[in-house]
Order: sequence, then C-alpha cells, then structure tokens
Amino acid sequence: MPPSFPHPKQLARRRFVQGLAAGGVLAATPAWIRAAVANKTRLGAAPVLSGRVIDLVIAETPVNFTGVTRMATTINGSIPGPTLRLREGDEVTIRVNNRLAESTSIHWHGILLPYQMDGVPGISFNGIAPGETFVYRFTLRQSGTYWYHSHSGFQEMTGMYGALIIEPRSGERHPADQDHVVQLSDWTDEDPMHAFSKLKVQSDIYNFSQPTFFEFTRDVSSMGLQAALEKRQMWNQMRMNPTDLADLSAATFTYLMNGTAPANNWTGLYNKGDRVRLRFINAASNSFFDVRIPGLKMTVIQSDGQDVEPISIDEFRFGPGETYDVLVEPNDDAYTLFAQSMERSGYALGTLATRQGLSASIPALDPVEWLTMTDMMGAMSHQGMNQKGMDHSAMSMGNMDMGGMDHSNMHGGMAMDHSQHSGQSMPGMNQATRSPLAKPSSTVRHARTEYGPSVDQRVNTPRTTLDDPGIGLRDLSEKGLRPQGHRVLTLADLKSIDGVLDDQREPVRELELHLTGNMERYSWSFDGLEFGKSTPVSLRHNERVRIILQNDTMMTHPMHLHGMWSELETDQGELRVRRHTIPVQPAQRISYLTTPHDLGRWAWHCHLLFHMDAGMFREVVVS
Amino acid sequence: MRLKKTKLLAALVLAVSGIHTSLAVAQMDSGEMQMQGGSAPANARDPHAYSDGFTLTTGPYAQEGLRQLKLADEHAFWAVLGNRFEYQQDSKTTLYDFQAWYGTTYDRLVIKAEGDVSGGSLEESSTDLLWGHALNAYFDTQLGVRADQYSEGTDRQWLAMGVQGLASYWFELDITAYVGDSGRTALAAEAEYELRLTQRLILQPRAELNLYGKDDGDNGLGSGLSDLALGVRLRYEFNRQFAPYIGVEWTNTYGDTADYRRAAGEDRTNTQFVAGLRFWF
Repeated sequence: MPPSFPHPKQLARRRFVQGLAAGGVLAATPAWIRAAVANKTRLGAAPVLSGRVIDLVIAETPVNFTGVTRMATTINGSIPGPTLRLREGDEVTIRVNNRLAESTSIHWHGILLPYQMDGVPGISFNGIAPGETFVYRFTLRQSGTYWYHSHSGFQEMTGMYGALIIEPRSGERHPADQDHVVQLSDWTDEDPMHAFSKLKVQSDIYNFSQPTFFEFTRDVSSMGLQAALEKRQMWNQMRMNPTDLADLSAATFTYLMNGTAPANNWTGLYNKGDRVRLRFINAASNSFFDVRIPGLKMTVIQSDGQDVEPISIDEFRFGPGETYDVLVEPNDDAYTLFAQSMERSGYALGTLATRQGLSASIPALDPVEWLTMTDMMGAMSHQGMNQKGMDHSAMSMGNMDMGGMDHSNMHGGMAMDHSQHSGQSMPGMNQATRSPLAKPSSTVRHARTEYGPSVDQRVNTPRTTLDDPGIGLRDLSEKGLRPQGHRVLTLADLKSIDGVLDDQREPVRELELHLTGNMERYSWSFDGLEFGKSTPVSLRHNERVRIILQNDTMMTHPMHLHGMWSELETDQGELRVRRHTIPVQPAQRISYLTTPHDLGRWAWHCHLLFHMDAGMFREVVVS
Repeated sequence: MRLKKTKLLAALVLAVSGIHTSLAVAQMDSGEMQMQGGSAPANARDPHAYSDGFTLTTGPYAQEGLRQLKLADEHAFWAVLGNRFEYQQDSKTTLYDFQAWYGTTYDRLVIKAEGDVSGGSLEESSTDLLWGHALNAYFDTQLGVRADQYSEGTDRQWLAMGVQGLASYWFELDITAYVGDSGRTALAAEAEYELRLTQRLILQPRAELNLYGKDDGDNGLGSGLSDLALGVRLRYEFNRQFAPYIGVEWTNTYGDTADYRRAAGEDRTNTQFVAGLRFWF
C-alpha cells in the first residue's frame, strides 16, 4: 500500500468536531420504538428493512453527539433511519406514523412516483399531522442507491434521513462481495431555526476562516504591497467574502458518517481480496463533502442511482442530495474514509477494515483556499488573465469594460441557426445546420427581478464547461496536497451507460433560470424571487424540455428537481448523465433536459436546506 | 478658527458626497455588463414567463385552501444589537447604543436607542423609531420619528429620514436627516469599519458627527457642525455575539456648540478611555 498522503497531523480535537466517543442515539429508547425496528441495531449502521410493506415511526429521540443531550427527530429511533432495501418493480406500501407534536413528511429522494406520494407538504399533500399515519404506496420503476428524508421544516437536519436501495430486477451490473452504505450528514446542537435566524443577522457568523489583517501583512511581505492590495481589491469593493464557502461550519456542526461522529470511527468490514461496494449518500443539511480513501482508488459505477461508465478516481465532491456508488478493492488491513467539508472546518470519518478496532492514519484538513475570479465571474477570467496579474482597474464594479467580449459572434450564431431551422435534428448533420435548440443558448438573460435588493451580484460571462472539480480541489498535486496523478471526479467524467438516456428527442423549448442570492441579507432565490413571490414553472406532460441554470452566486448549489430526471448535457448539447441532483458551481451555466412523465406539482430547489428555506425553491407544474 | 470650520465642513461635504456616490454607483445603470446593482434593461427576462398564468395557489393540481408552504422568506425575524454598551472613564457615564429590528428581509421596524446614564439617571437620550425598507442589495432607507430627551434642557421631537447599510470596502454607514418643530433640522452620520486582526480580535474605528440647522441654546447645540467623535475599539469575540472591548474616543465640538460648552465651564474637546461590551441576540 502506498503511504497515505499527506502525513497525518495532530488536529485540534475539539469535542464539537470530533464528537463524543460514546455518542449517538441514546440506548434508552422507548419500547415501542424497539418494537418498530425489525432488525437489531448494529453499531454505526442503520437497521435494514426490506419487503413490500414497511412501517416507519417518526418520533423525538434523545441523542448525544457532543457531550450534550439533545432531542433529535428520528425514524424508528435511529440516526440514520432504517436502510430500506426494496426491489425494482415491486409495489411498496410504506406506513409512516407521526408521533411528533408537529406535522411531518417523508420525501423519497430521486424516486419517480405519483406526485401525491412525493411527500412535500403544501405541494404534494397536506403533510402527516401529529398522531396520524400516512400510507405511501407506489411502484418502483427504477433501481439504484437513493435516500429519503423529511421535507418538513428542518426535521431533516435533526436526524430524519435514511438510505433507500432498490435492487435491480436483472441483478447487479457490478456484483460485489461487500456492500456498505456510507451516509454522511451534519449535526448541530443548536435549534436549526435559531441557527438560521443568526445567519439572518450576521451571515458570516460561522465562518472562522475570514481574511485577516495579519494575513494581509504576510501577503505584503511575500508578494509586495501592490499585489496584496490587488488580491483584495475586487472582493472589498464588491463587499464579497473570498472565503464564503459555506454558511455553516464545524463552528456548529459535528460531521457524521452513518450517524457516527469521527471519534467513534464507523467501521465497514471486508475480507482481503473482496470487491467492496460503497454507496455514498450525502444526507447533510448544508454541507458539501470532499471524499477520499487514502491508498485506495475508487471506481465510480453509479451516480444518483443511475449506472455510469466506470471511472477510476481518487476523490470526489458531492453536495446534499447527491449519491455516488464506488467499488474499491482493498488489500491492506485498514483504510480511512475521509470526508472533509468543503469549507475545510471539519470532517466526517470512518474506517474500512478487515476487523473492528483497526484504524489508519487520518489526513490533515486542507488549507482554506480563496475563491477565484473564475468563481466570481466565470469564463471572463480565462481570457488571458491570471489571478494575480489581472487588471482590476479595467474591471471595477461600476464600469466593467467588456469591449473585448465577442457578443456579435454569439448573436450571429443564433441568428444563423434560426434561419436554417429545420424543425428536427438529423444524425450526422453538422453544427451549423442543426436546429437552434440542438445546443443550449449561451446568451445570458438576467431576469428583471435580478436588479433589486434580493441579488448581490450577477454573472455576465458564465463558464459552461463541466470539468472543474471546484474550489479547493483544483491542481491538488501541483500544490503538494496530494500525490502525483491524483484524480478528482468532475461532472465531465460522468457518462450514463447505454440505454439510460433513452429519450433522444431534441428539446422543443428552453427555460433559463438564474440562481441568485444576497449573502448580506441572507436571502436565496431563483431569478431574485424567493419562493413566496414566485410563480410555478409550467411544463407540458411528456414534452422534451431544456432547463438552463446559471449560478449568479459564489456558492455551489445542489439543485434537486423532484418527479423527473435531470439529464445533464454539455454546452454543445451532448447528453451526458442522468441525475436527480445537479451541483451548479459559482458563475457556472449548465443545462439539462427533462421529460416530465408524471403529472402534478413538484418541488425544485437547492438542497442546501437553509438555501431552500430562504427561498431558492420553485414549484413545477406538469399538466 | 473660521478656516478650520470651513475645512471641516468641506470634509463633511466630501464624506456625504462620497456616500452618495457609493449609493449612486450601486443604483446607476452603467450598461448591461455591470455585476452589481443597476436597473433592469428593457429587454430583461420576465421571471414569470414560464408560469402559463398559474400561481402557487391556482392552476392544475394546486392544493386546496390557503397556501400551506411558507418558507423563511415569508417569516419575520428579530434581533437586538448592542453595538456600544460602555463606561466612559473621563465623564464617568455609561453609554448605550442599541439597535433592534423586527421584520422580513426587505421591510423592518427599526429602533435605535442611544443615551448617557450618569449618577444613576438618564442624562440625555435619543430614540428613533423607523420603518426600514430595502433600497438595494446593501442599503435600507429608513423613515420615522426620533425623540430626544434631556435631563437638563428641552426635549425635542423630529421626523427622520435616512439610509443605513454596507458601502463598498465594507464601511457600515448610517446617515439620517431630521426635521423638527420651529424649522429645526439636523443631520447625524455614523461610519464604522471592522479590521479583523485575527478571527476573533477585531479593531473597529468609528466616526460620528452631528449637524444642526439652527442654534438650540436650551440644549447647548449650535448651528452647523456641532460635534465630531472619532473612536477606535478593540474587541475580542468570545463568540460572534459576545465581545468585550476597550477603546479610546476623541470628541470635539465646533462653533456655537463649543461656545456653549466653554460657557458651561466644560472643555470643547475631550479624549477618554472606554470599556464595554458588544453583543447581539
């Protein structure tokens, strides 16, 4: 086994970050919960429920992850909730009994079903009132790794999530000797609404990686006064924080792997020579994780429950709602599953080992990297300007000189396309003669509501490529943070296997929406309109439609569209991969196609729970 | 003396115009390619263009009755911010400077309260009750009333109109114009900056000035620039909501205000150490 890299460093082991060794759901659970649990609870792994009829009980259960006892909202008394192992093609009946004092719900994340079964209170149904039992009944039309969680208030953040695995009728494409669910999440002892209201007052309250004066003086001595000032000029002028990588951090979170704090070291077992399948699910409320297993290559075989062409990588980033299935072939005794949070304040941790009690070395957290001009304004920063040398004076906020941008080209290209519109695409036709909707429009169209108080910045030259691993994961080998040849997964690497993307029709129309926000006011929205001010997006039943999402903020948003697939394409209109949750990077413009097969009203939102609740949420009507 | 006053007024005009420029830049539409502020071009996209006329409560498959799903954008929040709560060594007074708000992201009820307590009694205080409304991404307009109370003097009431927010380069600004009875006018301006020495140790320079339209002999206030205070406070944030500080504040009075001071046997200029607590909840 190659030595783990970089050398482990003793971290400040605060209880908050590490959690309490004896933590977890407290043993003293009421008898009725134990009765509701079909299988025996194993340490660090959720009980598994299978079959066609499932009973779930939602209740408050005391937990202690940090040394303080708090009430969690649990499913059958465990965190995560039970892993549901169901079978493709089965009609399942899932009875959910609410023993809370408030309304609850369960949403089956990524599952195609009738909208009344989707579990979003106020959109698909009325929610499950206290004391009531709601019966979900639907037929599983797909297979793969998914998950389920509450869609009511902040219940998901206080423990209401579990894995949902649907076994394919035709058998697994990649049989494995071991199969482990690795569910990552974030736990706070605070009342989530209190945390949210604090962000409303001071949006950087959880950021302890802010630029400081002494950092500035260090830059002055290393790069000179002029360069040190230039590095900060644009950020300060625009009132933007270059370390605004996440709204919450280990200042309040303890990161969990399968409901287990790092100090308690969740362990997944294998025998030497086994082929091990790891089903990674990001069930966090507000945290992106960068996952790696030092010393082991991972072969990604599935993303968001859909098989992809296998790709060998060393690390991947994923946001709340996304899932990745990987295969690993461990030959040593123990490996660390290391998942540092994107803003580098903490990590979730576990071990893959041949027996309980083993551990491998723990990598150090990476340093916090400042967002770049690419993250702020997209493609413009590629045009012959590097970070340090860029001419800020020519690009100041009020009078951005965009003379060099060739807009006439874009518009000209569009016009030509229109004139030769044939109404259908033909294989083999070259780019110039394809219909205008063969590839996504590149003309940025801001909504008129993006010019008000709800939006703190707009991107005019978005980047459209999919091959950026994102801030903090770029050029890691060159920076000495990883071994040479270290490969980080990007969206561009993902390709659904043949037969997954079955609808080859060209879209009949194109919808463009922008992801927007105002960090200072802590407001998040589509097109500058929070949910309460928005109107639904109306889609026609079975139409092939393109959705363009442009991110006008400096945060990555995992966008989850309920009820239908999001089929990601390149900026050239080449279909790539089928997803249910697509992370859109800062200043990025991406597009995906969808075919709404199921009638009804559906939710569409950022899966960072606080962004969703702040208003980055739309309703979709399929009629 | 005269010259100094002129210089100060010029500086003030510059400061105010600087603020105006900052606001104006945020407001100004200098072309489509601007990244912040501005106004929407005529051909800007309609954010409701994809709705087919449906709303959250009408159209196919809408839930019956009142809309159930309300997110935080429709909630009201509140906060109490104790910006300065300090003991001033020289004048042996305790000063409070609090702001509280209740409301949504874009519309808020704002209360600003400032006063001096000395020898167990409230010497003077000034309280604003305002409606804050979002002007742009970073600034709110504020409209309301202010009541000034003096233990020795004549209480005054004002109509208030101002702006508060975050200017470019992270300057916190709060500027309010006042109109009182008998043609009285006043202008109060505050600017703060936070220099983060470390993640928890923060140096906060602060400037505050007051102008009056005419003399108010009862309260010892002269017309024109009345007083200017420059302070610097060093705080340690045990957490973001609880930060004790020490500092020094220099206050100078001008024109007739300075004369009133002298006549009352007080110094027109004063420098003193302060120690206090910054907090919010």
